[in-house]
Amino acid sequence: MFEHVKDLLKAHEGLKHEVYLDIENSSMVPKEVVEAMLPYFSQYAYGNPTLTHKPGWEAFEAIMESSQKIAKFLGCKVIEEVNFAPGETEVNNLALMGAAFTMKGKGKKIVVSEIEPLSVLHVTDLLSKYGFTVVKIPVDGEGFINLEKLADVVDKETILVSLSAVNHEIGTIEPIKEALEIVKDENPEAIFHTDASDAYGKIPFNVQDLNVDLATLSSYKILGPRGIGVLYVKEGVKINRILEGQIGTQKLWPGVENTPLIVGFAKASELAFKDFEGNVRHMQRLRDKLIDGITGKIVDVRLNGPKGDKRAPDNVNISFLRCEGEALTIELSLNGVYVSSGSACTRRLLQPSHVLVAIGRKFSEAHGSILMKVTRCHTEEDINYVLEVIPKAVERIRGITGSVEMK
Amino acid sequence: MSRVPLPYNPKILELFRHPKNLGKMKDATVTAVAGNPTCGDMIIFYLKINDEDVIERASFESYGCAANIATSSIVTEMIKDMKLEDAWKISWKKVIEAVGGLPSVKFHCGILAVGALKRAIRAYYQNKESSPSWLSEELTFEEKQALEEEELAKMISKRMKKEGRK
Repeated sequence: MFEHVKDLLKAHEGLKHEVYLDIENSSMVPKEVVEAMLPYFSQYAYGNPTLTHKPGWEAFEAIMESSQKIAKFLGCKVIEEVNFAPGETEVNNLALMGAAFTMKGKGKKIVVSEIEPLSVLHVTDLLSKYGFTVVKIPVDGEGFINLEKLADVVDKETILVSLSAVNHEIGTIEPIKEALEIVKDENPEAIFHTDASDAYGKIPFNVQDLNVDLATLSSYKILGPRGIGVLYVKEGVKINRILEGQIGTQKLWPGVENTPLIVGFAKASELAFKDFEGNVRHMQRLRDKLIDGITGKIVDVRLNGPKGDKRAPDNVNISFLRCEGEALTIELSLNGVYVSSGSACTRRLLQPSHVLVAIGRKFSEAHGSILMKVTRCHTEEDINYVLEVIPKAVERIRGITGSVEMK
Repeated sequence: MSRVPLPYNPKILELFRHPKNLGKMKDATVTAVAGNPTCGDMIIFYLKINDEDVIERASFESYGCAANIATSSIVTEMIKDMKLEDAWKISWKKVIEAVGGLPSVKFHCGILAVGALKRAIRAYYQNKESSPSWLSEELTFEEKQALEEEELAKMISKRMKKEGRK
């Protein structure tokens, strides 16, 4: 099947404009970030940071400076709170398994929400096989976690609570501060983890203000390189490693540090925070232009997630009724607009997005959902182009649906 | 939940972009449906059948992915001017061959398209006094698979309604 991909790509030749909005699943890396990384591959700091030679010390310096930068943006007390590991998936695995196995003697209950990313939910599925009890907190129609239910569920047996600061699919900004207070009131010893991959660089997120124990960051979600992330671990909080090997500067992740990616993540952070308010306003403007443009132009659409200030500035998630999602992503791609869908059409029983199901969307609504994220690098022209393409694409796919009834 | 790469071949892409025989047929002799929108996969086939039991025209509508659209489209082309007896012999494997192959996770799309076709043929003879000997009473593999998918969809809808009441 592999050879066909060349023909598929050929079918995209001659596009007059291209807009990539699938930041949820991977991202483009801006030139400034690539340029900041390049010398670290072959010119400089290519040594192992724990070894006693110049390229090693250069790497050590680069990693420490990158930690310092990210620590400052996060509001850390000390730079040791910043732990690099490869990507959101690995960092969430480390946070959850590391915390659960450390706390094993103190209780068995782990609490998450129904709409956490799969790198949280699948890990808790695994932990439940190791004897932990996992409780999933429901959310309302806009994706806000049910705080009353959280208060009911958390008890002295609870060792770990993991709730995303911003939902990765529908952009709901969760009441993390209130959730943390509820958890700590009930059991001060419980570890509170938040996946902040969609919060960092998008909404104000300060670990000291929030007082969380653990927080996950992902580089590519702020236009850094893929394959690098951070686990913030509050000073004094202890968690176990989940991999063993040669330990270097990163006490929670063995193996040789990936200096270029670490430098790239720090550079992407600098760019995101250089004019944080300006960047957020820019994303909000483009987000609302996209939402209003689609909901104003196309009938039978539904916005998934909240509107306005309680929605992440970058997130647009819309269900197009009577329009199957995978078909729509292909049609959009052929016109230069790159997005993803909550439809996962790869088995007979298609499992749509668990997030959309949790907020009460029907399967047929979830199958027609499209997720888009805007960045500080997108322009008004990009959004104008997307708004030109989407209505035509939806019309064509709906034309194929014809009189098929959505029961 | 896992994802797989889906490098659709040029034939699938062509049929996705320019499906043949698309749309409702007002004077259809028989219409058949397979699948369910809950599963993200649903096809309607329209057949115009003449007195000699030959398919004069076929058309389709589809709520589904590119593979679903392409396989439905090609079935309508394959069966044009075909005797019902010969159309009945078309298997899902032949359909997948005709579209130049599909990733295995998409086989169910071809199966559903053939399931819809066989249902249409069965429905046609149900309205007649007698059925031909080649029409098996037992459901074909494709019809069974379509039925199974629809049962799953019903189960999910029921479960969701129950959860909604909680």
